[in-house]
Parts: sequence; structure tokens; C-alpha cells
Amino acid sequence: MNRTLFPVAALLAAALAFPAYAQKKYDPGASDTEIKIGNTNPYSGPASAYGAIGKSIAAYFRMLNERGGINGRKVRVISLDDGYSPPKTVELIRQLVEQEKVLCTHNTLGTATNTAIHKYMNAKKVPQLFVATGATKWNDPKGFHWTMGWQPNYQTEARIYAKHILQTKPNAKIAVLYQNDDYGKDYLKGFEDGLGAQAQKMIVAKASYEVSEPTVDSQILQLKSSGADVFFNITTPKFAAQAIRAAYDSGWKPTHYLNNVSNSVGSVLKPAGLEKAVGIITSAYVKDPTDKRWASDAGMKTWREFMAKYNPDGDTSDPFNVYGYTVAATLEQVLKQCGDTLTRENVMKQAASLKRFRVDTLLPGITISTSPNDYAPIEAMQLERFNGQQFELFGEVISNEQ
Amino acid sequence: MSNEKQGLRKIGTVPVFLTLVLLLVACVLPFVVSNYRTFQLTLVLVYAIALLGLNILTGYNGQISLGHGAFYAIGAYVAAMLMDQAGMPYWATIPIAGVVCLVVGFLFGLPALRLEGLYLALATFALAVSMPPILKAHFLEKWTGGVQGIVIVKPDPPAWLAAAGVKLNADQWLYYFVLAIALVLFVVGWNLISGRIGRALIAIRDHHTAAEAMGINTAIYKSLAFGVSAMYTGIAGALGAIAVQFVAPDSFTVFLSITFLVGIVVGGLASLSGALYGALFIQFVPNIADELSKAAPWAVFGVFLIAFVYLMPTGVAGALRVLLSRRRGGKLLQPKEAVP
Repeated sequence: MNRTLFPVAALLAAALAFPAYAQKKYDPGASDTEIKIGNTNPYSGPASAYGAIGKSIAAYFRMLNERGGINGRKVRVISLDDGYSPPKTVELIRQLVEQEKVLCTHNTLGTATNTAIHKYMNAKKVPQLFVATGATKWNDPKGFHWTMGWQPNYQTEARIYAKHILQTKPNAKIAVLYQNDDYGKDYLKGFEDGLGAQAQKMIVAKASYEVSEPTVDSQILQLKSSGADVFFNITTPKFAAQAIRAAYDSGWKPTHYLNNVSNSVGSVLKPAGLEKAVGIITSAYVKDPTDKRWASDAGMKTWREFMAKYNPDGDTSDPFNVYGYTVAATLEQVLKQCGDTLTRENVMKQAASLKRFRVDTLLPGITISTSPNDYAPIEAMQLERFNGQQFELFGEVISNEQ
Repeated sequence: MSNEKQGLRKIGTVPVFLTLVLLLVACVLPFVVSNYRTFQLTLVLVYAIALLGLNILTGYNGQISLGHGAFYAIGAYVAAMLMDQAGMPYWATIPIAGVVCLVVGFLFGLPALRLEGLYLALATFALAVSMPPILKAHFLEKWTGGVQGIVIVKPDPPAWLAAAGVKLNADQWLYYFVLAIALVLFVVGWNLISGRIGRALIAIRDHHTAAEAMGINTAIYKSLAFGVSAMYTGIAGALGAIAVQFVAPDSFTVFLSITFLVGIVVGGLASLSGALYGALFIQFVPNIADELSKAAPWAVFGVFLIAFVYLMPTGVAGALRVLLSRRRGGKLLQPKEAVP
């Protein structure tokens, strides 16, 4: 550059830019042209099926960038493979925060992995947005200001079943089978809270199992003998299939509620026997890509076009791809709301002020709302019942929003 | 060390010089690189200690272990539980983790005496496989925190250091803390290996019957090798837990054990420096693989692994040894490679 002209040019540039800069505020990871977002996902290892989520999030922002980005800024998602291993997550998150200097992280996946970075993110004051886990502890704005969940947590879901039972069968005698760990206890707590004062009276039997146990047959017989007419089944896929079969074969015919964790037709109901699963009630919050009722749905059409163009290797029957798309759209909304104030504080503030935000891949009637005291974005679900072929939604969307 | 010790390398001036340079670089690094890199290097040192432990067992004594991730886990949990439940300072948990693993390793080594080669590998594999469910077990949940694990607080540099005018951040302090322990353990390991015990271990590896005929108590030596090896790995586990500030059953899957085995083979069996090369490999190569391909990071890792094994069949340490002796133009003096 010509040296004599340099000061003049600099002055001019400053004068021109100043009014604009006066309004723009940036933290690390944001600039006039780019917003950097961090993510960890298990692309390898035993949980690599979840990797589909990370890939569809990346595809979503590719699409967005092609269309001009957010408020003129491109979004760069740096997604790293932690193989579902907490120590690796810690290392990679430090890389993202300290080396790459991302503005925030988004949808880091796994309960143990997120627990490992929980303190760190809050000490560093970097938003840990929309973590991909159903544990209830992510909704703790007082203790952990910088961490927020996204999907309905286990307690929310359990409360929804409790609500439904209170409405439809106020005199029910309930039996509960649960996995003896944090996940199972989280559900149980939500369920008991949801029943409120009635819990002691209505729950007539509880049985738990360890993941290491071969079957849950004896627990089912024990629950059956209690004479319960409602069964809440808090189990992971393998045990869910066993419980469904055992209950049916023993001749026990309760109203059967099955947690969302195991509501897969292919990997749970089929092994149990489809005819044995008829009448099972569970819940959902995103549209199932294999459900025929969404074949001509506008939201799912857009999603299918997105898959074809930006994520052609992705499986269009995999609900994880709908999940990734939906959670990415939620982040887009937060960043849009941030405008030109791309500070970490503002990202958190905007994430905590979503007002009935909707993505068309969510079930009709389900919206995303947050507040400074409510870090649980999705708190509504709709019940669905298995008809022997597929799940059929019924009733209203049940919300747990306060 | 005197030269007549058979089967062991004569220490020339070049390796000593290189070691000193390496040490100097290790001391300066935290001031040159970022905190994040310092943290990564801390993990490298932690892995190096673990690999050194496994190398004593597998490289020098010829017992294959696919279960060292379990000892790493025990060390990590002992440290985490003592800090979390008993409020013990982090530095005090390290020797306890070491002793616990020494005892557990020794006891596991006793029945393992009856098992040779692949059968031992399977027995230790079972140990690694059963570790995560044990850590999740209900009756231990009070102490282990179940699936949620235990979150521990990151140690700050001690007050006396600040009083002395040395300003370190938590990452740098932990690095030096681990470096100091690693140095002590490497010196102890070197003494162990280059002395009477080391010769006995190698003799058992190379010819079991002959070693016994020479009057070596193979049972004691093999169990002891198991115990010491577990102790090293357990100390590494404790340090790793403090560095990562979190332990959970999912951190210690069977894959960790396999990674350790990969580390000592790539670094160089029956070589102390090999532990360091192996640690660098298992720390950084997966990251490089992930950068090269999101779709199949482990395929890329596999290519790296095959390339390493083909180009350096005796590990990085072996390849460097050959290189050094060629430059010197001298004859190759090196220990016989392990034939496990």
C-alpha cells in the first residue's frame, strides 16, 4: 500500500465503519462475515448411529450459507468426533473453545459427555446450547447459567403420562418397571411428581432391574401379581421388548405406557411381536419420517428436499435426521434474534427468550419456548398408540409448560 | 550402567544428550504453546506413564494384556472417589491409587500365572469388558456415582509457588506436576529394567524353561511384573482423571485397553522411550484422522496404523535406534525384540 495514502485511507475507513461498529458487538467466534459454532458427536465407536445428527446439522448450515447465511454472516460448524468418550469430549471442547474460539457449542451429544464439560463451559462462560440428552439436570438456569437442553427431558415426558392417567383413569392402580440408573430414576421422579399427592396411593408396585440382568420376566410377574391395571414401562430397547412380550404372555392386560426411549417399531416392537404390542401408548414430538400421514405434509416435504440436496448420503427413514434438522433450525432462530450483538451473553439471552418458536418438522401444535427461568425448550409431546402396524397420534398435544 | 549387562543397550552420549534436550523442551513447552495444547501434552505424559506400565508387562515380560484400561479405570476412580468423598487433596490420591492398583494387579497376576499367551490376553480382555458394568453397579453407586460418574475440581497451583513469584495457570501447573511424576516413574522403570529384575523379566519372556532352570522364581517375577505394571497404569489413570476432571464408566471401555496395546506396539515393544512415542501416537493420530475424514475416521486411523507397522516393524523406538546407529556407523546394539 502507498505509505502516504495509508493514514488517509485508515481514517476514511474508520469514519465509514464507525457508525456501524458502534452497534455491532462481538465475542470470540463472531465477526462481520462469520459465526463459528462448535459441536461434538460420536462419528465413530459404539454410539456412532447418533453421528447422523451431527451430519444433518452440518448439512442444514450448508444450506443456510448457500442462501446467504444469518444476517449476512456465514455459519461455520466445527464438528469433532468424540466417539462417545467423556475424556475425549473434554479435550475436543477445549480445542473448540480455546483454539478455534467458537462463539458457542451446539447439540453436543450424550449425557456423560456433556456432564464432563458442564463445569468447564460454565466456568468459561461459553454457551452450551441445546445439548442432545434427555436428562433433567440441563434445565438449571440458576446453577448453570450457560447450559441449556432442547428435547423434552425424561421428567417432562413422565409427567405427561401421569397427566394422561389422571385424566383418563383417576382410580388407576399403577405398576412401574424401571432401569436402576439415573435415566430410570429421572423418569420415575417425573412420574411421581406428575401424579402429585396421588402418587403414594396410585402406584401399587415398583420393580427395578440392572442393565446386566438377562431378563425382566420375574419383575413382570411380580408387577402383575400386584393387580395393577396400568403399567409404566421405563426400559431401554432390549428390556422393553422383553417386558412387552412377558406381560402379554402372562395374560396381564394393563394399559401400557412405554417411554419414548424405546418407541421404535423396528428395534423394539417387532422383536417383541407386533400383535403383542397393540395398544401400547407412548409419546412423540417430531414427525416420524416413516409415518405415512406426513407423506404430503409441507414441513416434511421441505425436509425431504433438504435431505436430497444437502444430505444425500443420509437415511430418509432415520428420525435422527429429522432431529438434527429441527435442532439446527432452533439455533438459526437464536442467532437471528441476536442480530449484530453476537456476544456470548446475548446468545444465552436470546436462547432464553424463544417465544412459541416453531419448526415444521415438530408435531403440529408443539412449539419451543424458553425464559430466563425456563431452560427446557420443548416441553410438549403428543401421545400415540400402536395399532399393530404403526403408531397413531391421538388426543391433544400435552404441554408441561409452566 | 556398565556394559556387561546383557540384553540391554549401552547408553551412549548421543541418547543422553537427546534425553536432556527433550527434557529441556518439555520444560519450556507450556510457556510456548496455548493452554489447550498444554492440556493435550499433559495427556500425552499420562498415556506415556500408562504405556510404560504396559510395556513392563508385555514388552519386557512377554505377557499380553488386553485389560490395562481396567487398571487405568481403577486408578482414576480411586483418585476421584478420594477427592470427592474424602475431600483428599489431589496429590495425596496418586500414591494411594498406585498402591491399590499394585495390589489388584498382583492378585490378578497370581491366577493369571496359569495362563499363557493368548489365554492370558483373553482373561485380561474379560477384565476390561467387565469394568464399565462394575463401575455402574448399583451397590457401588454411592461411591462411584453410577453412570453419571464423578466430577472433580481442577487443582490450582499451590500457594507457595505463587509466593515464590512463579506464576502458573492451572493447566501449566498440572503439566509440571505430571511431568515430575512421569520423570520419577521413568527413572524407577529404567532402574528396574536395567538391573537384576529386568534381566529376569526378559529371560522369562525369551525362554521360560531356561529362566526357571537358572533359578529364577518365575511365579513371583511374573506376578510382580503384573503388579508393577498395574501400578504404573493406575497412577496414570489417577493423573488422567485429575487432568480431565471427570470420571465415568463410559470413559473406560474395552477400547481404551486396545488403544494402550496399539500404543506400545507402535511406540516400540521393550523400550522405555517407546512409551512416549506411543503416547504421542494415541493422543494425536485419532485427531488427525478425524480431520481427514468425518465419514470414516477409524479407517484413516487404520491406514496410519498399517503404515506405521510396515515402515517401522519394531516401533518408532526401534526405527530411531536403527537410524542412530547407522549415523554413528557403528554396530546395532539393542535388546532382542519381544516375542510375545
